[in-house]
Amino acid sequence: MVLIPAHIDNYSARPVAYVNARLFDPSSSLDETGGLLIDRGVISDVGAGVTAARSPDTEIVDCHGHLLIPGLIDMQVFSGEPGFEHLETLGSASAAAASGGVSTIVCKPNTQPVVDDVAIVDFLERRARDTALVNVHTMAALTKGLKGHEMTEIGLLKAAGAVAFSDGPFSIKSAAVFRRLLSYANDFNALVIHHVEDEDLAANGVMHDSEAAMRLGLPGICDAAEVIVLERDIRLVELTGAKYHAAQISCAKSVEVMRAAKARGLPVTCGVSANHLVLNEHDVGTYRTFFKLSPPLRSEDDRQALVAGLDDGTIDVIVSNHEPQDIDGKRRPFAEAAFGAVGLETLLPASLMLYHEGDVKLDRIISALSCTPARLLGLDSGRLEIGAPADFVTVDLGMPWVLEVEKLKSKCQNTAFEDRKLQGHVMKTIVAGRCIHHFEP
Amino acid sequence: MPISPVLMTAEINQTDSAFSHPHLLGIEGLSLQDINYLLDLSETYVQQNQQTNKKRDTLRGRTQINLFFETSTRTQSSFELAGKRLGADVMNMSVTTSSMSKGETVIDTAMTLNAMRPDILVVRHSAAGAVELLSQKVSCAVINAGDGAHEHPTQALLDALTIRRRLGRIEGLKIAICGDVLHSRVARSNILLLNALGARVRIAGPSTLLPKDAERLGVEVFHRLDAAVVECDVVMMLRIQGERMNGSFIPSAREFYHFFGLGARALSFAKPDALVMHPGPMNRGVEIDSAIADGPQSVIREQVEMGVAVRMAVLDALSRNLPEQKVA
Repeated sequence: MVLIPAHIDNYSARPVAYVNARLFDPSSSLDETGGLLIDRGVISDVGAGVTAARSPDTEIVDCHGHLLIPGLIDMQVFSGEPGFEHLETLGSASAAAASGGVSTIVCKPNTQPVVDDVAIVDFLERRARDTALVNVHTMAALTKGLKGHEMTEIGLLKAAGAVAFSDGPFSIKSAAVFRRLLSYANDFNALVIHHVEDEDLAANGVMHDSEAAMRLGLPGICDAAEVIVLERDIRLVELTGAKYHAAQISCAKSVEVMRAAKARGLPVTCGVSANHLVLNEHDVGTYRTFFKLSPPLRSEDDRQALVAGLDDGTIDVIVSNHEPQDIDGKRRPFAEAAFGAVGLETLLPASLMLYHEGDVKLDRIISALSCTPARLLGLDSGRLEIGAPADFVTVDLGMPWVLEVEKLKSKCQNTAFEDRKLQGHVMKTIVAGRCIHHFEP
Repeated sequence: MPISPVLMTAEINQTDSAFSHPHLLGIEGLSLQDINYLLDLSETYVQQNQQTNKKRDTLRGRTQINLFFETSTRTQSSFELAGKRLGADVMNMSVTTSSMSKGETVIDTAMTLNAMRPDILVVRHSAAGAVELLSQKVSCAVINAGDGAHEHPTQALLDALTIRRRLGRIEGLKIAICGDVLHSRVARSNILLLNALGARVRIAGPSTLLPKDAERLGVEVFHRLDAAVVECDVVMMLRIQGERMNGSFIPSAREFYHFFGLGARALSFAKPDALVMHPGPMNRGVEIDSAIADGPQSVIREQVEMGVAVRMAVLDALSRNLPEQKVA
């Protein structure tokens, strides 16, 4: 029996046709006016042929010409459960996701307790089923207790439902340990996701190592801290043949390294956060802790290199890196403040800035937010095709709006886009055929 | 057909030159003729060991020293018994490596023992190549009883003898060797010997416990036990050391058992009468299920029995090449 959370009342047993939409799916190069027919949570028809007139005995939803894209899949979300329920819960994170057009979230393992045991994966699956609005997938730990020494039961964890493996915000220091992890994970065709940052080089740094950091008197994190680990990892991928994904890259040199690795045909992919695509180190301004992120916001040249990397396919996915932090964590001197920003609700509009600026084509952006993460994680969603789960979003691409902090659904309001003018707004979010979010202006 | 041990030995005595090596350091370097000679000679000792009087005087007057730098129960006692049954004077020396700096001290120990004029040294050492190094420094015959992750030739011979006696041949058999191949001298010697005898050898284990270029040994490599044992005539499980199950090479004994432990389900993919082997000592419930280890397809205890016979054959064969009288 599937339990449906009480607040979902939009379930319809009748087929539903979303008509008069601009259907847009990079996975099948679809871009045409038409509709989507949904029956029992699955897409049963798609295309120009799905219209109100041709769909008798069907509930009709007029999309008013809005963009209709596959639901977003966010590979880097800190959901707070278990152990940090004061920051976020699966319920609140999924409400934020729904509001942001994200139909699937992948939760990081750095919880309390750590997701390094089959029982915790099982707990999260049940908890998500009972409390979450969107699809929730678990990323299990690569090493026991995220300590970087002993590998977790990757085979059993994958069988329990873990879609990827990572040590969350930690890099694995020992190349020997990481080599064996890649070898072992490869036997199970498990995706290894790694935070690329040399712990010793990053040390107590709090922002990009640059003139700005010097003037602010803050310890910096050099880009080499990221590039060294990324290059090491790529050598180990070469040795083991394992599927590898760098969780987030933040600098121009990393883009170069990834581009070269892909040119050599290695099974490597990487992500970037929406924050790093549209913000830079100068946004930190006068010690604004909401811009204290990990990896740090880097120079404008780095940002432009990331945008170019996204445009040419060197960077595969865009993530929110949703990191809720409460006021106690952020209202501190910059060096002492917690890292991270919430991002589920700004993932799409922040990414769309690149489209509106003319920097990146729309299909690259939507692909990096939906079909590519689906492919990396082995999910059935992320596409508008017959038989696929009815996970999709309608978006008013041109709608201007201003982000009001108090309207955020997340338990925490530490956004890097407070009062920012944005363009492009999520109108409806549909998960498994159920409309879980509907924007009312 | 029961073979008269006396007759067999007489026949083999006529082809004395069949085994011409001064030492047995590994399977590597043995010819097919050498291997078959040792296996045939072992057969005679299997017969002898089943008699009431197991004793012979083949090695009377000879001194055999078992020099074990690494602890062992079954191999050491097997060699001890083999030597005693052939009439040799057997001395056991256990030297713990912890107090030694390897290399130089191994030679020192060997030179000291050599001065006592032994005829045969049986040596086990944790470092690959240590036994060969030692053999270069002494004037007696040296048998490798296991050197690091390199070779363990008498184990491979006893495994081959067990299979040959049970299935009548080795050529053409499908044999899966499963588990910690990376650290296993048993696996290396077995791969060399079984390949030499014409078997089709497969290895299976998680990538972390397989040598990187294992295919170069002339084996098929599998990362799933089920797939590896399909249609196999023999399934040979290897021991996995406890210290490798804590997350360094594999996550846990639980996960290892789940994916690589030999239970009834996995064994059902092999031929119905497939032999189950293990060099011992076993981790029951980790690499092998107790029900399988003690089941009708298991020849694990027979392997131990064959071990004594093979070691008698090796001692016998090497002693024939020893000089009758040593120069003072």
